[in-house]
Amino acid sequence: MTPSGVQGLPTQEQISAEIAAASGTGPQSPHPARDFAPYRSSALRHPHQPLIRTGADPEAAELHGPVFGRTDVTELDADLTRQHTGEPLGERITVSGRVRDRRGRPVAGQLVEIWQANASGRYAHQRDQHPAPLDPHFTGVGRCLTDGQGGYRFTTVKPGAYPWRNHLNAWRPAHIHFSLFGAAFTQRLITQMYFPGDPLFPYDPILHSVTDPAARDRLVAAYDHGLSTPEWSLGYRWDIVLDGPAATLPEPEEVR
Amino acid sequence: MPLPTPSQTVGPFYGYALPFPGGGDLVPYGHPDAITLHGQVYDGAGEPLPDALLETWQAAPDGTLTGRSGSLRRDPVTGGFAGRRSTDFTGFARVATDAEGHWEVRTLRPPAAAPYLCVCVFARGLTHHLFTRAYVGPPNIDDAVLAAVPEDRRDTLIARRAADGVTYRFDIRLQGGSLQSGSFQAGSLRGGKETVFLDFG
Ligand SMILES: [Fe+3]
Repeated sequence: MTPSGVQGLPTQEQISAEIAAASGTGPQSPHPARDFAPYRSSALRHPHQPLIRTGADPEAAELHGPVFGRTDVTELDADLTRQHTGEPLGERITVSGRVRDRRGRPVAGQLVEIWQANASGRYAHQRDQHPAPLDPHFTGVGRCLTDGQGGYRFTTVKPGAYPWRNHLNAWRPAHIHFSLFGAAFTQRLITQMYFPGDPLFPYDPILHSVTDPAARDRLVAAYDHGLSTPEWSLGYRWDIVLDGPAATLPEPEEVR
Repeated sequence: MPLPTPSQTVGPFYGYALPFPGGGDLVPYGHPDAITLHGQVYDGAGEPLPDALLETWQAAPDGTLTGRSGSLRRDPVTGGFAGRRSTDFTGFARVATDAEGHWEVRTLRPPAAAPYLCVCVFARGLTHHLFTRAYVGPPNIDDAVLAAVPEDRRDTLIARRAADGVTYRFDIRLQGGSLQSGSFQAGSLRGGKETVFLDFG
């Protein structure tokens, strides 16, 4: 038995040991294990039964998906710094990249949604009560449609790290939450983008729920000096690849 | 081939970002052909999830799977949500569960050829979303997805029709009993019978 930390929470050492034990184990999937014990909330929320593989059912409605159009976004939605009467505090950044499917085809005209904490690490959410200031000029919600090449672009501020109660002294590395749609419902993705070189990476069980280090690296944006704008913002590039089959073209397995 | 971007949990704080007013109303209140699909989401201890997000996707009544844009139609004056056009059926719903884990979607009955709503579940604690299906009409004899599901688990995919004929109950249990090493895991049955979740490859 490992001793529990104060307040009944596990210590960082316990969680880190569990993370280390899980590292590189199991099938090399790009996606996280659903029952990742160091992330305590997963304990009662993962199915015990294996998922049912449906095979290639060409009739499945999931091979198609919802569509979004120009009525679903406004021009201002992609600029999180201009949603209030004043400028938000923090380091202004541009986040941009391309969305492709797993065959490398651009995902065009689809909805990208983001949400994030403010520069102090506080969400505009009633349940986030940690003592960091709210910013009256920052809500932290954005959306856009990808262009014809699958490109997206947001202007925002760099989010702060924030504490959570998974274990004692648990802090999330700075991240932006992303929600993406592809050509099919099977390609749906919700994920998080991280910032390069964050010292909190080794301690975070949510990032480490992805046990393959190469897959984990794909969650980290690259600083892109060419994307930085003089006297204005720092640029981060993050490309996204959606998993899952779609009805529009045969999948590689079927082509072979 | 590019390698997929891994999934990460939706976390607890999506509530001011993803849900939108009327997200579960694919047709206006009082629509003569509306059906209501509703239910609760439970964890492995049988507790309802107050922080789950569900999305549904379905064929239109005429069988088309092309959908329509406008689910999140925006008001260019206020920047807020304007609601769907009553004449366009987008096929897409997004709803958060309430404090009792309850959700509901008001929609049109999907066609006999695809008599189900595709359901995608997100929540804090789910590192990766889960797909399931809620059948609201008799499944086709050659339904490939149901055929892949063991017979004794298929009932978890069938929504229960109420006496009014237009309200359907579909509860989702993320974790239930599992038979491992010859004995049920301690506490594992508290969540009830686990819903079948699907992997489309
Ligand atoms: Fe977060």
